[in-house]
Amino acid sequence: MSETLSHQVVHRDDEASKLGIWLFIFTELLFFGGLFLTYAVYRNMNRQAFHLAAEELDVAVGTINTVILLISSMTMAMATTSIQKKDKRTTLILIWITLLLALAFLVNKYFEWSGKIGHGIWPGSPLLEELGRGDTLFFGLYFFMTGLHALHIIIGMVLLAVVLVRVQKDRITFDNFQLLENGGLYWHLVDLIWIFLFPLFYLIT
Amino acid sequence: MSSNTTDYTAYKSYLEEDGGRKGIFKWILSTDHKRIGLLYLYAMMGWFIVGVVLGLLMKLELIAPGKTLMGPQSYNATFTVHGVIMIFLIVIPGLPAVFGNFFLPIQIGAKDVAFPRLNLFSWYIYVLGGILVIISLFGNGAPDTGWTFYAPYSFKTGTNMLPAALGAFVLGFSSILTGLNFIVTIHRMRAPGMSWFKMPLFIWTLYGTGWIQLLATPIVGITLLMVAGERILGIGFFDPAKGGDPLLYQHLFWIYSHPAVYIMILPAMGVISEIIPTFSKKTIFGYRAIVFSTLAIAFVGYFVWGHHMFTSGMSGTALWAFSLLTFIVAIPSAIKVFNWISTMHQGSISVEVPFLWAASFIFIFMIGGLTGLVLGSLATNVHVHDTAFVVAHFHFIVFGGVGFAFFGAMHYWFSKIFGRVYDKSWAKTGWITFFIGFVSLYGPMFYLGIKGMPRRYFDYLEEFHGPNIISSFGALVMIAGFVIILINLIKSARHGEKTTEMNPWGGTNLEWQVPTPPPLENFDEIPVIEKATYKYD
Ligand code: HEM
Ligand SMILES: [Cu+2]
Repeated sequence: MSETLSHQVVHRDDEASKLGIWLFIFTELLFFGGLFLTYAVYRNMNRQAFHLAAEELDVAVGTINTVILLISSMTMAMATTSIQKKDKRTTLILIWITLLLALAFLVNKYFEWSGKIGHGIWPGSPLLEELGRGDTLFFGLYFFMTGLHALHIIIGMVLLAVVLVRVQKDRITFDNFQLLENGGLYWHLVDLIWIFLFPLFYLIT
Repeated sequence: MSSNTTDYTAYKSYLEEDGGRKGIFKWILSTDHKRIGLLYLYAMMGWFIVGVVLGLLMKLELIAPGKTLMGPQSYNATFTVHGVIMIFLIVIPGLPAVFGNFFLPIQIGAKDVAFPRLNLFSWYIYVLGGILVIISLFGNGAPDTGWTFYAPYSFKTGTNMLPAALGAFVLGFSSILTGLNFIVTIHRMRAPGMSWFKMPLFIWTLYGTGWIQLLATPIVGITLLMVAGERILGIGFFDPAKGGDPLLYQHLFWIYSHPAVYIMILPAMGVISEIIPTFSKKTIFGYRAIVFSTLAIAFVGYFVWGHHMFTSGMSGTALWAFSLLTFIVAIPSAIKVFNWISTMHQGSISVEVPFLWAASFIFIFMIGGLTGLVLGSLATNVHVHDTAFVVAHFHFIVFGGVGFAFFGAMHYWFSKIFGRVYDKSWAKTGWITFFIGFVSLYGPMFYLGIKGMPRRYFDYLEEFHGPNIISSFGALVMIAGFVIILINLIKSARHGEKTTEMNPWGGTNLEWQVPTPPPLENFDEIPVIEKATYKYD
């Protein structure tokens, strides 16, 4: 074990890990890019239906979630700054706030989804069958894309929890905070994707 | 370079350096890039044997008209699983995962890749993906969609295609992580003095491949997830009954899968660009031209996916645009062939085993490439679409390209990796048997395709019998060659004569300046590069 440890300790390259996370973020964007493309194609094929279906979504819930994510992005950015100022306590608090906001987002999402399901709208539901193709595609994309985004929120939360523990244990410190910064960058990505999802589903009607 | 002066009498090779672990844990917990490369090699060897057996079963079925071994459903399942294993488990990861992992850090003068633990993690995901593919074989029938998982059939079929598609998804993730790791490594860890244009060509191809892995794989990832969504939730993305569009599936699939062909073939070209100058004892001809053609292939490769869909229904403009672009992407490959041949010209060639593989690669690859142009032109494409011609073409390119380069690399770097030598005459016997088998296995398929024998059928008309017999016997010959090669290599790796010779072939790159086999961290001190690579005289 000691051999592998020295093997890694010798090699610490912050630039490399920053480059790594950026490339990874890029692949994530392309991953969602495939869905955005699908959305664009089907919206173009079913303008009227997408228009009407989008009005079914609750703009208020969407807006609240957007605000939540924007604030959480801010607290995460602040956490990156405060660790550099050697302020461990504030860093911990800020990560905690981020995590709680993420949880709030998910709770909100849960109520939104269960509302829809309560109205008989879920992928493959009889109601959608009746409403026709445009609605089927719109809500199919809605559940798929917001669901995948919610999954990314959960992954992000796990990542931030790891960061939290490491800050707690002084494994992440003012002169070694690359993991915190990378976690933050990932969190901004989750936020960014939502910033695209929000207008596509809630605002353009 | 530095290492000539270093005293290596008292060093421990990476094979002896076990990190204090025992048995299999020496391997599956090690973050040494060299051990990880070998982990991939062993896993791949296992999958490959399964894939070859399935291929052989198909050829035996096709040895005579009518049902010989299996019925239509089993045949469909066989070519599906054969394709999935060969494509996603063998040729896409193939050269980068095995030889890239082993030699990339050494060739750029680094002690390891940028993220050693991520590297090991990629291997675990790779194994997981393979297991998922195997799981799909059990339960209610093996998948029968073909490795392309075309919608809407892929979510209507009652067979087990979900684990196979998820397996491909997981394997894609592994591929992305490997590509990412390599790109960062190449950017950050080149030894002092190794400017971009002093990098070995194999590194350049890994770099181009890394970018394709990064940029193309997420698209197929999401596409496969969408198919999973169709199957599990009945969403309707690609289901015409629900307003979805199966053509969109094809577009999304080939936007990845055509560039994926270059994930396979670029590193193969890289290996050939290593072997040819070494055995011609000549500086490579047109180093920069090869570099730029690598980048051009990586770039243009994104814009030709539509040539898989000429008969699917696209606008006329799209048809000829894709056809034109397909011809354009052939140019950089032709440039490379030209450069290799010019390198050999007036070189003092030593006809060693790796050189035989490289030279036969060029031969096979040119046939594959030229028949690719037949498929790239609209009129001829319509004629041979979905016939045995296509099967012949892609086996020449994909199997010929990657397979020949792989065996070439194996024999080229064998003593460096294992510190032992193989039996040369057996290696040559294996090569010639394999080569003859290969050509007689796939050669007749060109003819059959032109004559109109469709692919993916378990049966054929009496008039196709003759060439099919040749083809099936070719398969047996080729597999005999493969067995000879495999046994020779395995035996030599375990019991072959030991060697510590650093540079048996007189190569110029850094891997020939480190001890055989290399020590744990490759270099005692990071070398400083002064000369350009491939400089003889
Ligand atoms: C022993 C070696 C091999 C034999 C005998 C063999 C034979 C075959 C045969 C008979 C088919 C079915 C053609 C049809 O009915 O349409 C096929 C399909 C295929 N093979 Fe191989 N093959 C071999 C090696 C490989 C390798 C190394 C690769 C990977 C590059 C590969 C990739 C494929 C793919 C992708 C298909 C297409 C399946 C489909 O139609 O979806 N094969 N092969
Ligand atoms: Cu293609």
